[in-house]
Amino acid sequence: MTDEKKTFEHDPFVAAFPETRAFWEAAADGRLMLPVCEDCGRAHWYPRALCPLCGSEKLRWTPASGRGTVHAFSPARRAEPQYVLAYVTLDEGPTLMTNLVGAPIDAWSIGQAVQVRFQPSTEGRMMPFFGPVTG
Amino acid sequence: MTRSASAYVVGAYEHPTRLAPDKSVAQLHAESALGALRDAGLSLSDVDGYMCAGDAPGSAPLYMADYLNLKLRWYDGTESGGCSYLAHIQHAAAALASGQCSVVLITLAGKPRSSGQATGTAFRPPPFDRPEAAWESTFRWTIGGVYGMAMQRHMHQYGTTLEQLAWVKVAASRHAQHNPHALLRKPLTVEDVMASPIISDPLRRDDCCVITDGGGALVLARPEIARSLNRPRVKVIGCGQTMNTNAGGYLDLTRTGAERSGAAAFAQAGVTPADIDYASVYDNFTIMVITQLEDLGFCAKGEGGRFVADGNLISGVGKLPWNTDGGGLCNNHPMNRGGITKAIEAVRQLRGEATPAVQVKDCRLALAAGPGMVLGAGHAHATVIFERE
Repeated sequence: MTDEKKTFEHDPFVAAFPETRAFWEAAADGRLMLPVCEDCGRAHWYPRALCPLCGSEKLRWTPASGRGTVHAFSPARRAEPQYVLAYVTLDEGPTLMTNLVGAPIDAWSIGQAVQVRFQPSTEGRMMPFFGPVTG
Repeated sequence: MTRSASAYVVGAYEHPTRLAPDKSVAQLHAESALGALRDAGLSLSDVDGYMCAGDAPGSAPLYMADYLNLKLRWYDGTESGGCSYLAHIQHAAAALASGQCSVVLITLAGKPRSSGQATGTAFRPPPFDRPEAAWESTFRWTIGGVYGMAMQRHMHQYGTTLEQLAWVKVAASRHAQHNPHALLRKPLTVEDVMASPIISDPLRRDDCCVITDGGGALVLARPEIARSLNRPRVKVIGCGQTMNTNAGGYLDLTRTGAERSGAAAFAQAGVTPADIDYASVYDNFTIMVITQLEDLGFCAKGEGGRFVADGNLISGVGKLPWNTDGGGLCNNHPMNRGGITKAIEAVRQLRGEATPAVQVKDCRLALAAGPGMVLGAGHAHATVIFERE
């Protein structure tokens, strides 16, 4: 039986990039995977067909801790509803764009520890949002 | 010292309109083209090279070339957002130097104001086949949000203050009061800027450039043509351009492509920032003036906030006269693209044709620099250095 949330047939973002499908399948199960280069050993973001740090095509999907720290953030006060645009630096190295969720928009600070919280995009794939570290 | 150059700016024109609901984008391109050619003392039939960018109808040179009925030997439609026209100058100089053409026309125009565009605050979803789109579109990033974060990081890393950032806008407003065409002509104080409403924390309304309809054009020509025209001669002596990427996730929100494009332009020109009499630095946001001035070498990294404070960018007051037309922050930002107006004001300064109250005395060397497009923290960047002959 086909797992409905892993077909992605209604998500053109996933359909356009078959090489990133493994990421979205893991995300649907609540797991954050990172592309790690087998030649230089570094993780990069966003996932792509080559290592942008050394040019190698030998990449391995690797489970990430899901932990990181707030690098920068900007509360969108005029938006309806309000939200917090952010860059989070993962413990594995790369910095990614995200939104900070699970706390008031004034409750954030640079350097604050956060953890991934998957939430669906409007097209259906699970996206890595970040919230306060719990437990 | 006399530096040899293969390209001269012989015509420059900034369309006076800031709101043009009853004109087409093609008409604004054409009016800008004719204005720059009149300024040069040339006509459409003299043009054998044409350049435009993504703002042109059809986003390629063919359609405006047809509208203007140009007879071309050379063209280029390089699209790198707001800095396209500065990058174009470098390409034009190479084409003129290698004899591929003799007179190059560059045009820009657009109508974001009359179409009600919310340039900085609206989330504009990227097409799904762009490689970063799947990873970022859900997070509703806006231009204001990205530059809000750039501002926050600079304040965090270097101690830059909101007051220092406000001085950038104050300098632009002090210049714009003398420009009869400027959209915002009221001189502002640091307190005025600080009190303007927050757009995307810590970015305030007055940290942002204006949204205007309008256009501009430049005409570049080979040296023998420049010498045949009855205009002050401005030559292109140094150019650089680059793409500043997100570095595979190892980005730095406090650095710009000006590090590379500026270094290349200064090296080719054989001059240093201390030699520059006037600087046009694209002011899409106040923070970008501070970071670019650092990256161009006008001050050390992290010192930009202190450098711009206390009126240091105000002509006749500070050490570096900057954006004396009022810049994108107060004067004009046609089609959300500030590159061409930066070159135009640099040419005015070198010719002694700036507004008298802001004219730099004996202006011989001028710089025009700016970023283009936004891709998370990434962007294109171009720098041009001009010299009056």
